Amino acid sequence: MTIHIQKIRKSFGAQEILHGIDLHIQTGELVALLGPSGCGKTTLLRLIAGLESPDSGDISFGSDSVVRVHARDRRVGFVFQHYALFGNLTVFENIAFGLRVKPRSQRPSESVIRDRVEGFLKLVQLPQLGRRFPAQLSGGQRQRVALARALIMEPRVLLLDEPFGALDAKVRKELRRWVRQLQQSLKLTTVFVTHDQEEAFDVSDRIVLMNAGQIVQSGSALELHDSPSNDFVHSFIGDSNRIRGQITGHAFRSAPWHYAVNAGASSAGESSEAAAAWARFRPHDVELQHFSKGVPVEKGLSARILRATPMGALVRVELLPIDASPQDVGADVLDAEIPRSDFDRLGLREGDLVSARLNRVRIVTASDTTAPRAQ
Amino acid sequence: MSSVSRQHRPAPPLGLSRLVLTGAALVLVALLLLLPLAAVFVEALRKGWEAYLAALREPDAWSAIKLTLLAAAIAVPANLIFGVCAAWAVTKHRFWGRSMLVSLIDLPFSVSPVVAGLVYVLVFGAHGWLGGWLQQHELKVIFAVPGIVLATIFVTFPLVARELIPLMQAQGPEEEQAAAILGASGWQTFWRVTLPNIRWGVFYGVILCNARAMGEFGAVSVVSGHIRGQTNTIPLHVEVLYNEYQSSAAFAVASLLTLLALATVFIKSALEWYRDRSP
Repeated sequence: MTIHIQKIRKSFGAQEILHGIDLHIQTGELVALLGPSGCGKTTLLRLIAGLESPDSGDISFGSDSVVRVHARDRRVGFVFQHYALFGNLTVFENIAFGLRVKPRSQRPSESVIRDRVEGFLKLVQLPQLGRRFPAQLSGGQRQRVALARALIMEPRVLLLDEPFGALDAKVRKELRRWVRQLQQSLKLTTVFVTHDQEEAFDVSDRIVLMNAGQIVQSGSALELHDSPSNDFVHSFIGDSNRIRGQITGHAFRSAPWHYAVNAGASSAGESSEAAAAWARFRPHDVELQHFSKGVPVEKGLSARILRATPMGALVRVELLPIDASPQDVGADVLDAEIPRSDFDRLGLREGDLVSARLNRVRIVTASDTTAPRAQ
Repeated sequence: MSSVSRQHRPAPPLGLSRLVLTGAALVLVALLLLLPLAAVFVEALRKGWEAYLAALREPDAWSAIKLTLLAAAIAVPANLIFGVCAAWAVTKHRFWGRSMLVSLIDLPFSVSPVVAGLVYVLVFGAHGWLGGWLQQHELKVIFAVPGIVLATIFVTFPLVARELIPLMQAQGPEEEQAAAILGASGWQTFWRVTLPNIRWGVFYGVILCNARAMGEFGAVSVVSGHIRGQTNTIPLHVEVLYNEYQSSAAFAVASLLTLLALATVFIKSALEWYRDRSP
């Protein structure tokens, strides 16, 4: 079942939470709505479920517009962050709930209900726990019950609201792999909300990154990481460094780092006035050389190694501007990730002076960050 | 009050201030709570069991008991239904005027019961706004049973709702939303999800409401007219007997209300004990 979301707007009181969302989700696709808290991702999910109604815009499943359909008639499955299991009912009765509240003419017989619930208890790997109450289960088990309760209704789409957020790290990882496998075997169109990018990368086919009530970029984890559409994506996805400087014409300069680069046809325009700007780059796009072996290399910045921490095949190096002292509390610090072999070959140590060559630098001006919000 | 925290906290030194404070609290409890409680039963039985039972069997007393039971039997279910509806509306939905409704629910607690009674007299009394219309249709509200029931409902209005609102607020709307998405109608959601979750709060609310309904004096006193054998409730009858210097009969009837209070406290504790042991 495809989901088409068109020009959805939603306000709570005077504050608009969603500023016109367009999103199309393919049948069987597993989409993660990712973004910082307050970006509107949960509101969007609740709008798809029918728990909120939009101020304007349309939502359809396949060719059916559901925007005026009550939540109980939308045939969606919804899993809440805090499970929302019925505490006064056993696990069995929780899963059977949706079947039991059907109108009498459509309600399956008691024996059919029993068979189907037993089947779903097996599917979510809790065959022996039907008689327990939710309070007697662990967090991971509760979330499996919540999934079974949603799936037994054969929903057209499955919606998960931070489903692993309340679980501890190990259970979270196991459960999300399992949910992914289950989703693949059922080929069920699924949307899940998360603020954890690792989780979004790990589980989804596609990530829809949201910020301040808008979709900022949508694509695979690699696309978002390697070709961020703006500075927000660059800073939100993966690790990111930022050094402050000024742009004059095409030239970006950062005095504390003794760094200059040609910004190319930047969006700053051709103004010859100096404007505040910053350079953004990933820690693994930094190459180090000894500073003492001659003049700084082309496009390199000058720095002192503050700390070097081994991390498996990499060494994480913290860099300080060459003129700043380590006691300088407010000083900028950069992270670089250098292959362990390179680090050892150069024989680098803490306190050494280095030139750092930056491979993929993005020059950002203040107007770049505000641009996507002004529509 | 977990036993764990009590075990881990070191006992404070036995200082003079601790002795004085504990002693003062005990004296206060004895003076204000235990002594009057004992006095009620001592005075009631001063002339022996025979006189005690006779005071209760006396026709006016018996009529007061029946009227009190009737008023409570109408007021408690009415406020049960109202309280559950109001708490449900206020906590599970957002609508215009919601906070005003919350304040309105509290109004009977902030208004003096005597004022409440007077308002009913002004509206329903012979010279009140609706008095003429009521007389034409031969309906009697003030100085009659309907007025007493109305006054009782007014005074006990907030008890059930007040018990449920914080409970339902803490539970949030998620279980109801989950039920709706699973296809349950509003009615099914209420019976299968909401009500089981609030059943203990409903029980507390009902027993508190009942105790207050049976013991109400001020508002009922204004609308009752004190007609012996007809519009006197138990508290009003106690006052009549006391004013007529029949103190041991007054205390005998008063002992019924005292027993009601004790029973209320006992049932509430028993419910709490049972709740903590059930899933």
